[in-house]
Amino acid sequence: MKTLQKFGLGVFLSGLAIFCALIFIGKYQLKAKQFDALIAEKGIKSEVFIANIKRNLVDKEFSGPFEFSTRIITALEEANKVHRKKREWSKVIWDKPHSFSYEVAKKAGTGMIPNNKGWFWFLTFGLGIIGSLLYIIPNIITLGPPGIKNNGIFFDSSTNRGFLGWSVFIFLVSFYVLLYFFPDYIVNWTYIVDPISQSLSGNLASQWFLYGYLYCVVMTVMAIRMYIKYRNNKYQILRTTSVLFFQIVFAFLIPEILVRFEKPWYDFKNAFPLDYDFFFSWNLNSLISSGGFGLFILVWGIALTLVIVPVMVYFFGKRWYCSWVCGCGGLAETLGDPYRHLSNKSIGAWKLERWLVHGVLAFSIVMTGFTLYTYFSGTSAVLGIKTQTIQSIYGFLIGSIFAGVIGTGFYPIFGNRVWCRFGCPLAAYLGLVQRFKSRFRITTNGGQCISCGNCSTYCEMGIDVRAYAQKGQNIVRSSCVGCGVCSAVCPRGVLKLENGPVANRTHLPNFPLGNTLNN
Amino acid sequence: MVSQPPIIIIGNGIAGITTARHIRKRSGAPILIISKESRYFFSRTALMYVYMGHLKWEHTQPYENHFWKKNRLDLLEETVTEIDPEKKKLTLSNGNTLSYASLVLATGSIPNKFGWPGENLKGVQGLYSKQDLEKLEALSPSIEEAVIVGGGLIGIELAEMLQVRGKKVTFLVREKSFWSNVLPKGESQMINRHILSHGIDLRLATSLSEIIEDENGRAKAIRTDKDEIIPCQFVGLTAGVRPNIDFIKDSSIDTNRGILVNKYLETNLPDIYAIGDCAEQQEPVPGRRPIEAVWYTGRMMGETLAKTLTGEKSAYHPGQWFNSAKFFDIEYQTYGLVAAHPTEPEIHFQWENPAKNLGITIAFNKETNEFIGINTFGIRMRHEIFDQMLTEKRTVLHVVEHLNDCNFDPEFFTSYGGEIIAKFNQEFGTNIRLKKKSWRRIFANLITN
Repeated sequence: MKTLQKFGLGVFLSGLAIFCALIFIGKYQLKAKQFDALIAEKGIKSEVFIANIKRNLVDKEFSGPFEFSTRIITALEEANKVHRKKREWSKVIWDKPHSFSYEVAKKAGTGMIPNNKGWFWFLTFGLGIIGSLLYIIPNIITLGPPGIKNNGIFFDSSTNRGFLGWSVFIFLVSFYVLLYFFPDYIVNWTYIVDPISQSLSGNLASQWFLYGYLYCVVMTVMAIRMYIKYRNNKYQILRTTSVLFFQIVFAFLIPEILVRFEKPWYDFKNAFPLDYDFFFSWNLNSLISSGGFGLFILVWGIALTLVIVPVMVYFFGKRWYCSWVCGCGGLAETLGDPYRHLSNKSIGAWKLERWLVHGVLAFSIVMTGFTLYTYFSGTSAVLGIKTQTIQSIYGFLIGSIFAGVIGTGFYPIFGNRVWCRFGCPLAAYLGLVQRFKSRFRITTNGGQCISCGNCSTYCEMGIDVRAYAQKGQNIVRSSCVGCGVCSAVCPRGVLKLENGPVANRTHLPNFPLGNTLNN
Repeated sequence: MVSQPPIIIIGNGIAGITTARHIRKRSGAPILIISKESRYFFSRTALMYVYMGHLKWEHTQPYENHFWKKNRLDLLEETVTEIDPEKKKLTLSNGNTLSYASLVLATGSIPNKFGWPGENLKGVQGLYSKQDLEKLEALSPSIEEAVIVGGGLIGIELAEMLQVRGKKVTFLVREKSFWSNVLPKGESQMINRHILSHGIDLRLATSLSEIIEDENGRAKAIRTDKDEIIPCQFVGLTAGVRPNIDFIKDSSIDTNRGILVNKYLETNLPDIYAIGDCAEQQEPVPGRRPIEAVWYTGRMMGETLAKTLTGEKSAYHPGQWFNSAKFFDIEYQTYGLVAAHPTEPEIHFQWENPAKNLGITIAFNKETNEFIGINTFGIRMRHEIFDQMLTEKRTVLHVVEHLNDCNFDPEFFTSYGGEIIAKFNQEFGTNIRLKKKSWRRIFANLITN
């Protein structure tokens, strides 16, 4: 079995190595015809740019994306400089340079990779999936009988911030930096999922399609790991199935299929303010111009945030969203599960958490206020601050850096819920409802706690569960996402997630237990 | 001006620390906690998880390090060598003396040794203290085979720990079945099977004769009472614990197996109290043992004594017995006193699901049907409800009818209440029905018939 697992690991790493190597290889050649089409399509009016590209790029063959991208970006920046100086605003190319370069590169790729998409899918995704399953499935036997299987977690370099943990950290951060800021370097990755994208939406894959597809693949493989690890626990199995379903169907398939029917791309479960650009003018305009269906989405989106979300939190706690439905939560609970114990449990971290997460909520509301004011009044600035500037700052700092680079990249260092705990404005909103008006609580079972610390250690949200349990006090905390792992790892049957009458939610037992210290 | 001497607590385990916290909650009196074992309070029950890699040492500490200073709980890492009750002074191993206003002895336990040949060799130890864990960790790389002697709770934990770390474990249990002085037969046998299923070489009705030394003064094998030699590089002595009171034996404090205390946890000397594992009740609660070396009772004594020390003299009333443990993957809870070998009028109703390692035993009075206690394996139950049913002397019929209220398993877990009640009806010719779970009853803390 161990040999099989090692072989699986080898296969997985080969797939990963080929995937990474794809960044550096490939041929790009922009043909004159393609460039003309691009000029027309993008409505480029800058003769400076056109001349530069024709001179330096068109019909030349490049190996790897870097030089190709540099020439486009240099041309774009030089052209913009000239036009800005001359105040020729209509000639300025407003696209983000790397996104523009991505669009060019996507058309210009030639040779081995775009011609063998299926094969390269197999060599990357295929080997990755086969290898990781060969590594994971033998756990049914190697982990022993069903039960809590946390043996050696703090001895393992990959799960205890060792060399492997830091390597994964560097890999994930690099991946997100490339995805968000240098899409033109990962054009090859998008080629290999083109056929899948075309079969769904009819379009070629963008880097966001690639990301969505990869997200589903990673979640599926790691959900199988969850099924094996927690096969003694039905709550974990159902919860994992639920997040996987919502990711694949709601976040991935339905939006792509909507595009095929010329409807706006929309994830029906992604609630504002997590879906921070829902009220951005481009989105509102697109929804309004999409007829009845667009209006339905508009109404649904507003109702989701204002009615459905709080009502569901009242009945079930925020877990119904955060650990049963949400995509960020879904990744955290599958890919992130091996890192859940790395969250910081100190009072200091709790204080930081409250400032940050509520700060982001306030920021998102202010930004949306600006957005709506601008949308209805038509003025581009409020109180002297440009709406577009505040939107870009939010998108960059919160949408990209916090949610992506830090949120997932830091799994192996700070645990799997960094974003959900410190940054997600929706989690903050749900948390307020959960804390003040909800039937959900984690019940502490009288005096049975032995203060061992498994619950606190394995709480991904950094809640010091033990601090409550050893007092016999129920746990009502705004941050709790109801993953149920504290209850699972408890060796003495002390904790139970449940929904019950709101009265008595923070109940203390009324008989002497030696732990009824209320502070 | 001479500053007021503090309340001194010797021992920073659960009993001593609970006392300190509750005193601080109720008063600003100076408190000094002395322990040589570790600077900060840690959960002894979590030692096994550190060895198995589930936790790091820091996770065993229920309070952050700044907690003690913030709550003005002074900590001293020292050993007390002598107590002078006349002058209300302690002598430390470094020769210093300290005065106390009140003295709380909460020194815990040490592993039993029964004079086995070789019991003090290198590679032979119990598992109780932080130092025991450190010793075991240091020996670990040189252990391939281990023998555990003594079939109790620490024994099975040590067996699991070593097995998880890849050691070949032989487990000697003197009794005919694991923990059979506490568990009824069927349950004890279920645990036997579970131990075997984890690859432990379980030897029932087998005891240790001697530990054999190698040329370096380390254990290399043991010989059993059946004259079998079992090679091993480690011997875990887990045949129970005894109060850690050797340093008091020569003082004027009355001791027997433990430090003798009355129901106010007072020793024979004024202002000296004893709590937790090291205390021996002169008048134990009927049906209970005079020394209960259990986490929960240590905690209760701590809370009780804190009241006394802050002016509200309180007797120790431990309430209904409860306990819990985990045997490899099987969780165990108990409420009330279920006899291992019941004598009439106590009889047992047992239900078992061997495939899933589940089982319950309900003890009740055959004549009056009064509920005596319950053991559960692999099924979690609500403490408060059983506490109340025991206090209110409910009947076994009432208990079985309300199993859904009592269940504390995570959501979506299969409920076995129907199966259990069917078996009960069949065995006792009754016709009771399982009631639906009622929040009203659970919360009312009062179950009506």
